[in-house]
Parts: sequence; C-alpha cells; structure tokens
Amino acid sequence: MENGDIPENANEHCPGPQSESAGKSDSCAGCPNQEACATAPKGPDPDLVAIAERMSTVKHKILILSGKGGVGKSTFSAQLSFALAGMDHQVGLMDIDICGPSMPKMLGLEGSEIHQSNLGWSPVYVADNLGVMSIGFMLPNSDEAVVWRGPRKNALIKQFLKDVYWRDIDYLVVDAPPGTSDEHISIVQYLQATGIDGAIIVTTPQEVSLIDVRKEVSFCKKVGVPVLGVVENMSGLSQPLADVKFMEIGSSVDVTQKVISCLRENAPELLNVLACSEVFDSSGGGAERMCREMGVPFLGKVPLDPQLCKAAEQGKSCFEGGNKCSVSAPALKSIIQKVLASMKDEESN
Amino acid sequence: MENGEIPENANEHCPGPQSETAGKSDSCAGCPNQEVCATAPKGPDPDLVAIAERMSTVKHKILVLSGKGGVGKSTFSAQLSFALAGMDHQVGLMDIDICGPSMPKMLGLEGHEIHQSNLGWSPVYVEENLGVMSIGFMLPNSDDAVVWRGPRKNALIKQFLKDVDWGEIDYLVVDAPPGTSDEHISIVQYLQATGIDGAIIVTTPQEVSLIM
Repeated sequence: MENGDIPENANEHCPGPQSESAGKSDSCAGCPNQEACATAPKGPDPDLVAIAERMSTVKHKILILSGKGGVGKSTFSAQLSFALAGMDHQVGLMDIDICGPSMPKMLGLEGSEIHQSNLGWSPVYVADNLGVMSIGFMLPNSDEAVVWRGPRKNALIKQFLKDVYWRDIDYLVVDAPPGTSDEHISIVQYLQATGIDGAIIVTTPQEVSLIDVRKEVSFCKKVGVPVLGVVENMSGLSQPLADVKFMEIGSSVDVTQKVISCLRENAPELLNVLACSEVFDSSGGGAERMCREMGVPFLGKVPLDPQLCKAAEQGKSCFEGGNKCSVSAPALKSIIQKVLASMKDEESN
Repeated sequence: MENGEIPENANEHCPGPQSETAGKSDSCAGCPNQEVCATAPKGPDPDLVAIAERMSTVKHKILVLSGKGGVGKSTFSAQLSFALAGMDHQVGLMDIDICGPSMPKMLGLEGHEIHQSNLGWSPVYVEENLGVMSIGFMLPNSDDAVVWRGPRKNALIKQFLKDVDWGEIDYLVVDAPPGTSDEHISIVQYLQATGIDGAIIVTTPQEVSLIM
C-alpha cells in the first residue's frame, strides 16, 4: 500500500495518507483527517525495520483473540505457553492487554520486574524456555489503573516488538484484549511485514459471546490473518458429585454433610459420578455450528473446570504436578496438538 | 483547565494543548504532540454545549464499569434498566461498547434500526419508558466487525450524547466496555460539566478479576 491505507471516513478520491499530496489535494477539502494528513510525516515507518529485525529470530507468531471479554483467552494463552514450553520449545508470551494485563498473575510472576540490557528489554522468565512481557511488570503499584488512550497503547505495543530481546524462539504467543480496536489493528500492522501464522479465537457457548466471535472472525478475514481455529471454553461444568455443595432452597442453609451422609448410607456408588451442568445454553449449536457457518476450523471444547480456575489463579501449568487438571488438561492438550498439526501442514504447503 | 489538560508525555513547561502558543512555544520543541497541538483548533469544545443541552433533561446518570471482561456488566446494565423501568421510571440505556455491543441482544432488540427525526436520533424503545442506543442497531450485518481506533469511537460516543433525543428521563444507564481506555476517558470528559451520579463496578470472585 504505497500511499497508506485509505481511512474509512476519508473523502472519495482520497490520495492516501502517505501520499505527497495527502491533506493538500482538492479532494481532501472537508475530510475529517485533512489536518492530520497535511502535517503527519510521510513515508514508511522506520520502527517497522527495527521490528523486522527483532522478529527475525521468532519462528512462529500466534495471536490469541476473542470478541467478548472473560471467555478465558488469557487462561488459554498461559496454558498454551506452558504446553509449548513443556514440549521443549522456546516460547515467548507477549501480553498486549495494556489496560487489563493478566499474564503476570497467570504465570505466577506477580511482583517481578523488567530488566534492561544492552540487547534490549529482557522478558521475565518463568522457566529457561518461557519468557513473558507485560505492562503488568512495569506498574509500581498493582492497584494503579492504566488510563491510556489508543495512541499511547500503540506506542507501548510497538516497544514490546522492537525493544524486547526475545532471543531465538520457536513461538511468540500474543495475548490480546477482547475486541477489535487499537491494540488489534496495531499488532497486525506492525507484524504484517514479518507475517503472523494465525489467530486462535476463544469463546464460550453463549449466543452473546458468539455474536462477538463472528465479528472477530470478520476482523481476521478483513486484515488477512489466517484463523487457526476457534476454541469453545467453559463448555459445561463438570465436577465429581462428592465435591458439590448442597444448599436448602430459600434459606441458603448448607446441607452438604447431610446429603453426602445420606448418599454414603443409601447409594454409595453415586459418589463416584460426575455432576454436569451446561451453565451456558448452547442449544443454538454453540461454537461448532458457528465455525461451520463461517468456514473456520473448530478446535474443540474445554469444560469449565474449577481446577483450571485454581491453576490460573496460582499461576501454574494445568498439565503437570499437583495442579494437573483432570477434566480440562486433556481437552487443552488435544486442541494444542490440532493447532500445531495445522501449522505444520501450512509450512509444508 | 483553561489551556487544556497537560498530556502525560508532554514536555516540561507545556503551555497546554488549548493555549494560543500550543505547539509553537519554545518549550514545545521535540514534544511528541507538537505538530498536533500546532494545528489543532483551540478553545473549549463546542460539542460540550450541545451535550449539556441534551443532558439537561436527564435527572441521573449511572456508569456501569468493570476492569475485566465477561463478568456480567452488560447483563447487569440490562437488568438494572428493566428494574428501573419496572418501577415506572423513565429510563435510557446507552451502550458505549463500540466493538462489542451487547445491548441489542440483551434487550431482545436485534434487527432494529435507529430512526432520525428533526429532534435528533431516536433510541429504540423496548417499552414506552425504556429506550436503548447502541452501535449494534447501526450495523448492516451483525457479523461485521467494528474495527475502529480510539478517535473514531470517541466521535460516536459524542454523537450518542449530543444527537440522541432521550427526552425527559429519570435515569441514563451507560454500559461501558471493560477496561480504562478511550471510551471511559471520553464518557467522563464529555459528561463532566453536566455531572455523573456515580459508577457501579461489576466483578466476579476470581483474583484475576479483582486485580482489575
């Protein structure tokens, strides 16, 4: 795009914001961008060169997106990074949710700080092969709000790309905030030259979430980012019946002991069943149907697993050790393997 | 703030972006905002006058916020509006989540369109006393992504405030997107003169939600 992307609100016959006559040509009269175009510097962005250099040591870049907030995108980004690192890959995890950075907590790195060297900013390492960058590490006080408009957020994202020394890594996982605004437009623009392998979109089964995911898929198609697939998170709550709490209707009195004793006495085999609740109505077909309609891959369902929530809060991997999540870890593993397989297919094509 | 708020990234001794010497004074040299200040129009924003007029018929304004997404903020905004309307108050519900508008679905108003009259844009009425405004009503195709940067979102929020004919209402409930960025700064700036009663913040019990 030699003369820059034509903005949506530009006049007809817009010469392009990067053109020599931008803001000065006759067709610019009355355009809302006229002043900005007339005064802004022309030509390609020099920072893009610096970004290209940094990204030359990164083999694959994956964006994690969602239309709606709170669907488990950051949890997925964190667990994906843990899984890739567990397979002995070199992994970088970049948190571009500037106003609501979750990565420090989810990787158990709260309180850590960024260090600078002559090579650039150093990510914070969870393990030798898993480094994390987030504005969360730069806030003096975690209660402080980051109240920034778009341009300032964009500037920081640019810095994350051009000033961070990621080293030679196999995967750069980028955790985005929900939506389709500044952060998303910027990350795609800054990485366009060096290429993005694709985006994974996370959703829940709710219609209200799927409406936003459709928008996210449209965004990816519009900006030319391949959709690696959609993950349906919080797909039903499953836990052993023995772990469920029971309360009297109306009085909210806890009667768990009574119920469990009664079951133990009269039907002990029932204590070994899983209690499942759909939680979010997916009678519309959920994410699987939406994927068929929009022609994007459906990667799989991850159940709402209290053990996974706990692992996320403690900043631990759900795949190993005492935090192994019996219900969600297998689902996540299968999804991640699908993603890697499809990326490998793309590479060989 | 006669000469406008000093931006955080401004030089020391910044004269203020609204000042006559903005972008042209000596202390402006090298400031990242220099060009913008030199060329931007000065003086108070005339749209704020229009907003003040529209808001003069609104008794109370409540913002519904959350740090984190997906905590049920929009659900709460919708149910709050239903409750207030059920108590026979006149209610307006404004959805300023430009990229992810939930209000049309949550109020059962999908597929509706905005109409214009000589009084301005008309909200979509769920009931006589509950009107809703959202970009969701303006998208030709609900699958269309709204891929807008901050300034364009701010412009639309401004229009919601100065061009919508809310009529005489007791409560204006404003459903914001999660976070603390353009939409939030803008809605507070635009409504500052006319006053905001307050904000309700929605969260879930998770630690990750409480941090926000």
